[in-house]
Amino acid sequence: MSYVAGKELRIVGFLCNWCSYGGADTAGVGRFKQPTDLRIIRVPCSGRVNPLFVVKALLNGADGVLVSGCHPRDCHYSDGNFYARRRLEMLKRLLPFLGIDERRFHYTWVSASEGARWKNVVTDFTKAIHELGPFHQKEEKTE
Amino acid sequence: MTVEKLKEAVRKILPEVDVVIGYRQGFDPLHATPFFMTKPEQVDQLIWNPLCVQNLCSYLPFLKGKVGVIVKGCDSRAIVQYMQEKLIARENVKVIGVPCLRVISVKKVMAAINQQSVQEVTFEGENILVKTPEGQKTIPLADVAPRKCATCQLATPLQYDLLAGDAIQSNRPQDTFEETKEFEKLPLKERRAYWEKEFDRCIRCYACRNVCPMCICQDKCIAESRDPHWTSQRANVTEKSMFHMIHGLHLAGRCISCEECERVCPMDIPVAKIKKKISMDLKELFNYEAGMNPDDTPPLYTFKIEEATIKEHEL
Repeated sequence: MSYVAGKELRIVGFLCNWCSYGGADTAGVGRFKQPTDLRIIRVPCSGRVNPLFVVKALLNGADGVLVSGCHPRDCHYSDGNFYARRRLEMLKRLLPFLGIDERRFHYTWVSASEGARWKNVVTDFTKAIHELGPFHQKEEKTE
Repeated sequence: MTVEKLKEAVRKILPEVDVVIGYRQGFDPLHATPFFMTKPEQVDQLIWNPLCVQNLCSYLPFLKGKVGVIVKGCDSRAIVQYMQEKLIARENVKVIGVPCLRVISVKKVMAAINQQSVQEVTFEGENILVKTPEGQKTIPLADVAPRKCATCQLATPLQYDLLAGDAIQSNRPQDTFEETKEFEKLPLKERRAYWEKEFDRCIRCYACRNVCPMCICQDKCIAESRDPHWTSQRANVTEKSMFHMIHGLHLAGRCISCEECERVCPMDIPVAKIKKKISMDLKELFNYEAGMNPDDTPPLYTFKIEEATIKEHEL
């Protein structure tokens, strides 16, 4: 179900395999109702997320990008999310400089047991993106 | 004269190294060009004046053997950054430091003389005298200096084995990122329109990347690779912006603010602006400046378990 019926936006989610992807699974198993605008890309670790992934997604048609990993200190690879935190914070500050609303990009931490928290993250982020509206105008997508 | 001291230093170092990189006159009197000296008789062609703008350190990671290089204060940050990233072995590089207070921007001089052809260039005190078919024009050096010179903190290089001249201190104010902060005050829409307009002019000549001292993987740059296919050959603003984001983000925490990228841009795109913004943020977040101390670690190559400056973002 889309957040607003008939007007689905394109939100890309980079989820770490060990925590957030499990969290999303837990939310599914728990049968929580969630908006369907988010398209999930499973990555081994939030440390795998190159800030360029986010930029590429936003420039090429995504309306919002969400990155979610294990809570700090809980990384499966012990320090991947610490590196991610620095990189993503830098990116979060850079995007508005380029004229991209910083609310279109969000990074957070969700563990595999936090199904309810995952549901809230998805719902709130989708709501925020719908408030901002589509990032790309139709005519801008063509050359 | 600094140039005599430089020649003396080069002659002294030349027997110990395979090549010494310096400057000589380019295709007209207003252009200096990099000069690779291997024989003592070549040293006479060496020049030194505010036209010697290029950062010669950029060659170092690509050269084998022992190399001597002439280095200004701002260029020396590249050497420090290479040492941090272990891209050069310091013992294989002989650094001839040269004190410098100001270089000039050829683009600004050309604008001041209405793009006339240049017949002769001389320097007198704090002025540059340019002779064109229209006559001679005297321009104060400060008026045609690149932006970086206004906030120069390194009149004497950080690293050198020999110094041609006396160590001097610069008395310029520190960079407070005024321009960046001013730009951030613009409405979001205007900023987006600004970058779309600027990046749309990009012809993807990659000059900014080729000249960049920190772009050390330019022979296998992801901007030109088909696998992974980060950018396509389409000539639209999306692909152009993507290339500039690749350049900017690969330099995060490594950019030494030499602003060479902006100097070489044939389309006058303010490409250094993005790098400056990232440098400003990283200075705020991690109190770090690239290329200042060889023992530092670039901020994105390390972490702290508790980050005092990074707060969790709420939705």
